[in-house]
Amino acid sequence: MNDTSAVKYNFIANLLEKIRKFFKNVVRVFFGNRRSAFGTSVIIFFIVLGVFGPFVFPYSTDISMLDQLLPPSWSHPFGTDLWGRDVFRQIVAGTSDVLAIAFLAAIFSVVLALILGMFSGIVGGVFDKFIMFLTNVFLTIPSLPVFLILAALFTVDNAVSFAIILSIFSWAGMCRSIRAQIISLKERDFIQICKVMKMSKGHIIFKELLPNVGSYILINFIIVMKNAITGSVGLMLLGVASFEPTNWGAILTSAKNNGALINPNSYMWLFAPILCIAIFQLGVIVLSKGLDDTLNPRLRVM
Amino acid sequence: MSTVKRVLKKVWMFLFQFRYFFMKLGISILTLCAVVLLSFILIVNMPGTVIDSFAMQLSIQRRISMEQAMILAKQMLNYDPDASLISRFGVYIQQLLQGNLGISIKNNAKSVNLILKELLPRTLFVSSISLTISFFLGTFLGSRTTWKRNSIGSKLLDGYIVTSNAIPDYIIALILITVFAFRLGIFPNQGAYDAMILPGFTLPFILSLFFYATLPIMAYVFSQLSFWSMQMQGSALGVLGEDYINAAKARGLPKRIIVRKYLKRNAMLPLVTQLAISFGVMFGGAPLMESIFNYPGIGLAFSQAIVERDYYVVQGILLFVSVIVIGVNLIADTIYSIVDPRIRRSA
Repeated sequence: MNDTSAVKYNFIANLLEKIRKFFKNVVRVFFGNRRSAFGTSVIIFFIVLGVFGPFVFPYSTDISMLDQLLPPSWSHPFGTDLWGRDVFRQIVAGTSDVLAIAFLAAIFSVVLALILGMFSGIVGGVFDKFIMFLTNVFLTIPSLPVFLILAALFTVDNAVSFAIILSIFSWAGMCRSIRAQIISLKERDFIQICKVMKMSKGHIIFKELLPNVGSYILINFIIVMKNAITGSVGLMLLGVASFEPTNWGAILTSAKNNGALINPNSYMWLFAPILCIAIFQLGVIVLSKGLDDTLNPRLRVM
Repeated sequence: MSTVKRVLKKVWMFLFQFRYFFMKLGISILTLCAVVLLSFILIVNMPGTVIDSFAMQLSIQRRISMEQAMILAKQMLNYDPDASLISRFGVYIQQLLQGNLGISIKNNAKSVNLILKELLPRTLFVSSISLTISFFLGTFLGSRTTWKRNSIGSKLLDGYIVTSNAIPDYIIALILITVFAFRLGIFPNQGAYDAMILPGFTLPFILSLFFYATLPIMAYVFSQLSFWSMQMQGSALGVLGEDYINAAKARGLPKRIIVRKYLKRNAMLPLVTQLAISFGVMFGGAPLMESIFNYPGIGLAFSQAIVERDYYVVQGILLFVSVIVIGVNLIADTIYSIVDPRIRRSA
């Protein structure tokens, strides 16, 4: 009786210790230096804004012609649009969409790149040649025209389909570098020792190889997020993707198409989404640089 | 027998020198096949209503009956939905090999070849000028700042690189056109040249070409400059650790000479292939940039064709642009392998 409870207690204590260590590591990685702390804060800010913002600042689509193109004020921090709707609240309502597209696109392309890159690095041979040819094709064909064609062929109206289209062209470069890293890791001593010790393939792949490309994947995850936002807003600007009207790209597009480039009163309507995109992208880039400093030992020595 | 063998061996040895080129050529051809397949899929997936509306247009224009127009439309487009997929692909390839990229189904049956001939020079004009400016300025800045890591200029450049990475190029374009065209009214907000000037090889016309291309070039340079300086910094950092730089320093050569003759030249070498890639990137970005500036190049035509569902124009421009990009990549790889023999041997 006593023994089992002690074991149980031990188990829970171990678990707690593991969780504590995990969080300590997370904090060390994401807040390790000034850059990553800044980038992480920006991303967390936007996530919080996307999740809780719509409850605090509910957005109504009611049109009121009296409030057309108001300048920024306390009740309308970013002014109002051509139909008298609050731009700030539109942006808050669209945050979750933008983040969803970015996260999903990053997940899809990282998973695809990781699986194909690791396979082609480990297996080699014809499979490797074929995958490398595929990446070559995707890297050479100009991506935006194909995005446009895909967006025209399939109706793009939700985050998942948008993310799939965006990730089709972002996995190739990553796949190549993961493969190159795997191939160079395979020749290193510690992998050779694992092979000599007859450790299982699963152990070598998941416990030895994967952690070594982990930092690269994390940094690229963030960069793909950035590219996904750039790409999605670009597609919306060209008017091929119909999407939630509150998405930052959609706000930007409707501002551009409704004379915000010419009318000085509506500059705030135009620049609010631009500002948000720029701040988010800045946070993402700074975070990727910070993570590079923390996780990339080669740079740390220098 | 033995002489034949010897000759064959010699030919083989001769060809073996160029194995890198042949490998790249093979990959390029395969990539081209993939693009052709993609555009064929686009055409096959074209809904039948597109043909109907094209026939309607024809019957109104040429004052013929709807049935005649339908037959004519199918003939003009080489469109035969009842034929098997393979025979359609055969006809498609045959047309491509004859250099026929199809006709526009929205714009008075204008041939895609003609559209390309009219619009491609403008896109090439803008993209080659901006690529040249950003490449030379970027490599200059990059090599300078690597030499002096902690100077104010280097910090400024770092800040600029981060900022311009954070702001996508089309947003730069939006800001530029708002400020310089609509607010200050310095530059025009659309078109490729002044409509009042007769096109021809005259000074006013050429000046107006440059004047109308200024804003697009500025937008491209702003976003590309950071890329080149970043690449150059990375490349120069690697060169900086080489022995010959230390040797040059030890010989007491002036810094100016070391940067120009040793650092910059060696660091620029790997950027040659990047040049081709970024050429492709620029062509890919053209639809967005040109539609923001209303610059009548190939990109604007492409994005309009997408919105209007003008399938043949989309397919034709995609194919043509891909051929250019793939060709440029092949040339760059070949040049790089000539300049840097290490690449050739490792293949």
